[in-house]
Order: sequence, then C-alpha cells, then structure tokens
Amino acid sequence: MNVYSNTRRLLAGALLFAVSATTLADVNVYSARKEALIKPLLDQFSESSGIKVNLVTGKGDALLTRLKNEGRNTPADVLITTDAGRLYRAEEAGVLQAISSENLDAAIPEHLRSDDGYWYGLSVRARAIVYAKDRVQPSELSTYEALATPEWKGRVCIRSSGNIYNQSLVAGMLATQGADKTAAWLENFVPNFARPPQGGDRDQIAAVAAGQCDVAVVNSYYFGGMINGSDTAQREAAAKVAIFWPNQNDRGTHINVSGAGVTAASDNVAQAIALIEFLTTEDSQSWYAQTNNEFPAREGVQASELLESWGEFKADQVDVTELGERNATAVMAMDRAGWK
Amino acid sequence: MEISPPKSHLTGAVVGWRLVLVSLALVLSLPVLVIVASLAQPYSDVWQHLRDTVLSDYVSNSFLLMAGVGLGTFVLGVSGAWLTAMCEFPGRRFFNWALLLPMAMPAYIIAYTYTGMLDFAGPVQTALRDVFGWRYGDYWFPEIRSLGGAICMLSLVLYPYVYLMTRVAFREQSTAVLEASRSLGRGPWGTLFTVALPLARPAIAAGISLALMETLADFGTVDYFGVSAFTTGIFRTWYGLGELTTAAQLASFLLLFVFALFALERLSRSRLRYHQRTAQRAPRRIVLTGWRGVGCTVFAASVVVLGFALPAGRLLGWVVNTWRDTLDSKFLSLALSSVAVAVAASLLCLITALVLGYGKRRFPGPVETVAVRTAAIGYAVPGTVIAVGVMIPLAWFDNRLDTFMRATFDISTGLLFSGTLAALMFAYVVRFLSVSLQSVESGLSRISPSLDESARSLGHNGAGVLRRVHLPVLRGSMLAALLLVFVDVMKELPATLILRPFNFNTLAVRTYELASDERLADAATPALAIVLLGLLPVILLNRGMQRDGD
Repeated sequence: MNVYSNTRRLLAGALLFAVSATTLADVNVYSARKEALIKPLLDQFSESSGIKVNLVTGKGDALLTRLKNEGRNTPADVLITTDAGRLYRAEEAGVLQAISSENLDAAIPEHLRSDDGYWYGLSVRARAIVYAKDRVQPSELSTYEALATPEWKGRVCIRSSGNIYNQSLVAGMLATQGADKTAAWLENFVPNFARPPQGGDRDQIAAVAAGQCDVAVVNSYYFGGMINGSDTAQREAAAKVAIFWPNQNDRGTHINVSGAGVTAASDNVAQAIALIEFLTTEDSQSWYAQTNNEFPAREGVQASELLESWGEFKADQVDVTELGERNATAVMAMDRAGWK
Repeated sequence: MEISPPKSHLTGAVVGWRLVLVSLALVLSLPVLVIVASLAQPYSDVWQHLRDTVLSDYVSNSFLLMAGVGLGTFVLGVSGAWLTAMCEFPGRRFFNWALLLPMAMPAYIIAYTYTGMLDFAGPVQTALRDVFGWRYGDYWFPEIRSLGGAICMLSLVLYPYVYLMTRVAFREQSTAVLEASRSLGRGPWGTLFTVALPLARPAIAAGISLALMETLADFGTVDYFGVSAFTTGIFRTWYGLGELTTAAQLASFLLLFVFALFALERLSRSRLRYHQRTAQRAPRRIVLTGWRGVGCTVFAASVVVLGFALPAGRLLGWVVNTWRDTLDSKFLSLALSSVAVAVAASLLCLITALVLGYGKRRFPGPVETVAVRTAAIGYAVPGTVIAVGVMIPLAWFDNRLDTFMRATFDISTGLLFSGTLAALMFAYVVRFLSVSLQSVESGLSRISPSLDESARSLGHNGAGVLRRVHLPVLRGSMLAALLLVFVDVMKELPATLILRPFNFNTLAVRTYELASDERLADAATPALAIVLLGLLPVILLNRGMQRDGD
C-alpha cells in the first residue's frame, strides 16, 4: 500500500467530512449481484478513481422494495441486478433515472439496454442445454421446443419454476412465440421431466452426469464453474456432459443480462455514471468472463478460453425488456402447467 | 408490617405495567400489523390464479410439514430428555450435552450437506450403483429432496428446543411425585406417560411451538428441496409475480396458522398450574443396563451423528479443500460483526422478555396476556416478511420527518433509521423475542406465587423479591434465553439481507451468497464458522444446565 495515496485519501476524506456529511462523493450501490462477483470490480474502480464505493447486496426485489420505500431519501446511487426482469421493474417503479452517456451507448448493444438510458446490461448469461456425452448425440438436439416431444419423456432435468432463469426463458418464449404456443409447449414439456424440479443448475448437471436424466437446461456459467471449480466430484461430473446451444436455426439461444442503472434519487449522478462506465470497460468485461464464465455485454471483448471452446452461438435478439414485462405472465403459465 | 400495599399504589402499578406492556406490544407488533393491514387492500387478480393453481399445495404442504416436524421434535426431544434426565445408561454424561449440538446447525446448511450426500448424483447412491450395477429406475431410494426430507432435516435440528426445555422440566419435577408413582406400582414407562409427561407439558408445548414456528418461517430448506410451502409461495408471489401486496396478504394468512398454534399451546395447559412445591432434590435415575442401556446409547448416538457429526463432517471435508481461498483476512471481521450483532440482539431480547414476563406475571389480566402474546408474534413470520414490515413504517417515518424538517427548517434529515443497524436490531427483536420470552416465562411459571408472597410478607419489596428470590431461580432460564437468541441471530438470513446497512456483512449472508451461487464447497467455511460459534452457547448452556439439574 502506497503511503502517499493513503495520506491523500485521508486528507480528502477529512476535507469532505468537514464540508458536510451529505456531500460525500461516495457512490452507494445496491447490488443483487453477490459480493464475490461485484466487490473486486468496485474496489478496482475506487483504486483508479479515488471514489469510495459502499455496497449492500441482497435479492433484486428486496432491494427494489427498499428503494421504493426510501423514496427520495435513499442513499443508493446505483442499482445493480442480475436479470432484465428486475431492471424493468425498477424502471416501471420510477426508482431509476434516465442517463445519457456516449460511452455506454457505444459499448452496450441496443437490445441489452433500456431504450431511454434507464439501465444498461453488464454481462450476458445464456441458458443452454447440457447433455450426457455417452447417451445423447448432439444431432438429436435442436431447440427448447423439441425437448417437449415424446422422445424426451422422463429424460429432462430442470430446476423449479420459482427460479428466475426459467421464468425468463418462458417469458422469452411468450415474447417470440405467443401465449398459445408457449402454453402448448409447457403442457408437453413438464411431463418430460425426469424428476420433480429441485436444486440448482449445478445439481441438474450432476444429475445428467449420474444418469438420472439425459439432458438439462442450465445457465452456461454454472457449467463453466464446475469445470473450473475446486470440487473434484463436480469436475468429474462436468467432464461427462457437453454443452449445446439451442435454437441456432431460428431465434437463437435464450439470454438474459445483469445490469445497472442510476437511482432517481441520486444526487451523485456523475460518479454513478462513472462507475457504470467503468463496469463496461474492456477490462471489467473480460473480468466477468474470467471470474464467472459470463459473456461480455460489450461487443468485441475477448471472452475466456473456456467460453471460446464452447463455440460461437447465436443469441436471441429479443429486447430483454420484454422478458421483464412478461415475467408474471410466465409464472402463471408455469403454474397452470403444473411446473413445480 | 404491611402485608399488602395500599390500594392506590396498586392501581398505579397496574396502570403503569399495563401501559408499558401495551406500548411494547404495539411497537413490537408494528411490523406484523403493517403486513396484516395488507388484508384491507384490494385483492388482485393474482388471487384467483393462486386459488386455481398452487394455493392448496401451499396449505397442505405447510400443514404436513408442521405435523411431521411436531411429531419428529416431540419424539427426539422428549426421549432424549427422558433418557438423559431420568435414566442412567452408558455415555449419558456425554449425550447430556451432545444432544444439544444439532442446535448449532442451521436448517438450510444441514439440507445442503445431506443433499450432497444422498441425492442421486451423491456418493451414497453412486456407490450403490457401482456395487450392484444398478441404473436410474432400477432401485428405490428415499428422495432427500421431498416433503419427508424437509421434515427429517427440520426435526433433526429443531428437536433441541424440546429437549432443552423438557429436560429442565423433568429434573425439576418433584422427587416425591415421581417416587409416589413408582411406589404405587407404576413402572418407569407408566410413570413417564401418566406423571412425568403431563407435568412437563408446558415445557414440551413451549419447545414444540418454538420448533413449529421455526418450521413455518423456514424458507431455505423447503426452497432447496422444491417443496411448495407458504414461505416459498410468499417469495414466489413477491419475486416471481412482482405482487408485494398479494405476498403480504399470503403472509397474513400464514399468521392464521400461528394463531392456531398459540391457541393450541394455551389450550394444552389451560387451568393447569405447575409449580414445584417441595425442596428441590433431583429424582434418582433409572439404571438401564445390558441391551437396554446399549440401545439407549445407540439411539442417542445416532441422533447426534445424524443431526450434527455427519453434516459437520461434510462441511469440514469441504473446508479442507477450500479454506485457502475462503479464510482470508476479511473473514475475522465478518465473524466479529456477526457475533457483535448477535450479542446485542440477544441482550435486547432478554431485557424485553423480562419486562413482558414480569408484567404479565404480576398482573395477569386479559389485556396483559394479549399484549404479551402480540409482542411475540414475530417468531413464526418469515424473516423476509418481518423485514418488509420493519422497512415500511421506518422509511415512512424517516421520510415524513425529512419532509417536515425540509419544509420548516430547510434541513434534510434524510433517513435516520432505515438502512441502519437500529432497523436491523428492531427486526431481530421482533423476530426472536418469542424465544427468550418462552424461556423466561417457563422459568417464571416454575416459581410458585406463594414464594413471592412469603418473600413479601418477610418485608421485601418488588425489587427485593426479584433480586433475592427470582433472579437466582431464573438464572438458568435467562441464560437459555440469551443463548437461544444468540444462535438464532447468528443463523438469521432474510431480514439481515434486506435491512442491513452499507458495507455490513454476516457469516450467514456470506454462506447464503456462496451457496445460492451453488458454490457449496466455498460456502462451507462460513457455514462451519456459524456452527462453531453456535457451539459456544451450547457448551455454556450445558454448564448452566448441569448446575441447575445435576
């Protein structure tokens, strides 16, 4: 640690404190991204900018409720969440403000951000199919829809409908295929489950490896986490399965984003924008890929070696806002189909 | 010498106590009242959908869960208490405290560890398949992720509440009564069922109702096992459907269960008063030898192994692989802040419980009784619901004050309580007061009012009676109250997650974040730390118990 920078920081801190407690230039962050997956980047930002970042992590909806209740007095400047549904809800609830940043507009593709600058995607998460290498040929796989055909009866593992990734998947289907087709798909898909939905995405992969089911629908970064993880059993399980990108001949594999926006109550907008811009720099973007095996939201950023080994894939171009709009409808459709 | 205080003084005291109790009850039930107020709000279309699809599952699963855990904790808790308190068998001294160990194990953590071991992809079933050459569908194996699995997990870690309270009750039963039963020809079993159990009923009921309230509030286990219960439904309605009001309405219906529980518990001891009337002499133990003794040892050992040793061993195995990454410099401060809030919250809870318990004891009118029950309602309410109930009124107050100050003095006070440790403490007291209250009340109920009267007739005033008579007798109960809350706060997750201030973190939150990211091996270090810190009170508790009971 550099003594000069410490002293400087202390001086700056004392000075700011002397001015007024409310004008401290800290950026306060409410984050639904877990500490381990955001704090290191925030620290880097503080290091390079001298702006202190305060962090609370929690579930997206809980943070949103907190923002709503705290109203104009909320200390939060930035809201970070892990899916488009929550970002959409935050925008609808009026707790975010539109910002304009040429950097952000240039870095983040249009379908991964709000039209009016309320929020920006930070990382892309894809919902892929994994299959047992010894029992399934990739040629047997094609689309999410095809997993509802009779040949997959009792062979599919997937987690519960309470899970936001599945809700988004169904919401994406509602947006692109319409309510009737989606309902029909759910009607046939649910009976194909090998077991009642349970556990997380890693559990689905382990179940495929152990032979309880032949395919599973999972977020790809969990697969990456198992391959790179410290748990031997998980590494062995991951070695028995392979990843498949569905719907490559039509709309593309379903994706969702984690993203960030500036709160409506923030009186620290410049620093807040600086932080979000920092999160979309090439370095930060490749950090996501390295640390959590997520895909960069910024175009042209080198993903990790592992991600590249999975091959290029076509991602669903549906505006992620639509996933948020249809989240509740998706949950109800899943309830009706008996997806536990 | 004045035997009864003057009338005016008495009336003043009644009014004073009533005022204290009612205002405490109002403040402490405010978060719950905020939630219940949602019943008056318009019912959205989502209700129709819930009724048509999932509501019956929520109701029946929650009911079955309660029935199962009630039975499980009763069997494990009471038999453990009977064996260690009243019988002599190989290893009794060890099991005396070892049976408390599972209390240190949070339900969601034991669920993670067992799933890792017992699910289809886990080592047990994999080994079976390797040995016998089976494949999926060839054989039957109990499904850990099921309603039955959830009942087992919750029973294994919640029975110590029953054990703890029942054990004290057994030891404090008068020797004369038990020996009279024996001398009148009842065997040990007959004495257990006809004399000891009915006498211990308040303690058993208190223990089981604590366990059931924990069960109703549990989210981690049922969610992980994919059981649709009331708590999972509340979260689903809030997070999935984005309907906070409907979720609050659902939570209000959950409270009906709680009221039913309270009523049941009250009913079970209506008109019964239990006080020890003779000098305390611990009853002689029934000596179990031969296969009976070994049977008891095996039984007690398997409870401890299943509820503690096995899951703790699993955690330890993970820690061995991951501690280099997880045990960093920040870990100590994480542990310290967890302990600090847990200590503060348990002290606050104890003080509040003493005030309420005493008020109700001295002036046991209907208003007081209702007030005390209302103040403790928060225990059965999921932490998330409490957190929302705390957040709404505090933020409202803060914003109102701020608006007033801006308008009048042009000063912004901002948020004074919301998002501070004070808000979190408030939530902890609301949520866990019941734990300390049960303990304090059950302690107070064992002090005969005639003891107070004797002390008063000997010239002691209220404070004197408290200091000279009650405190020495209550010491064990107070210690239990402190430690039970301490462990509960260490494990608490949802309220902490929602209300915590900036840059404040606990072991439970760290465990949850890693585990919900499905990094169970990395979550093992903070999880094991929670378990180890939870052991300290277990050890202390055991010491207190030995002084009291042995």
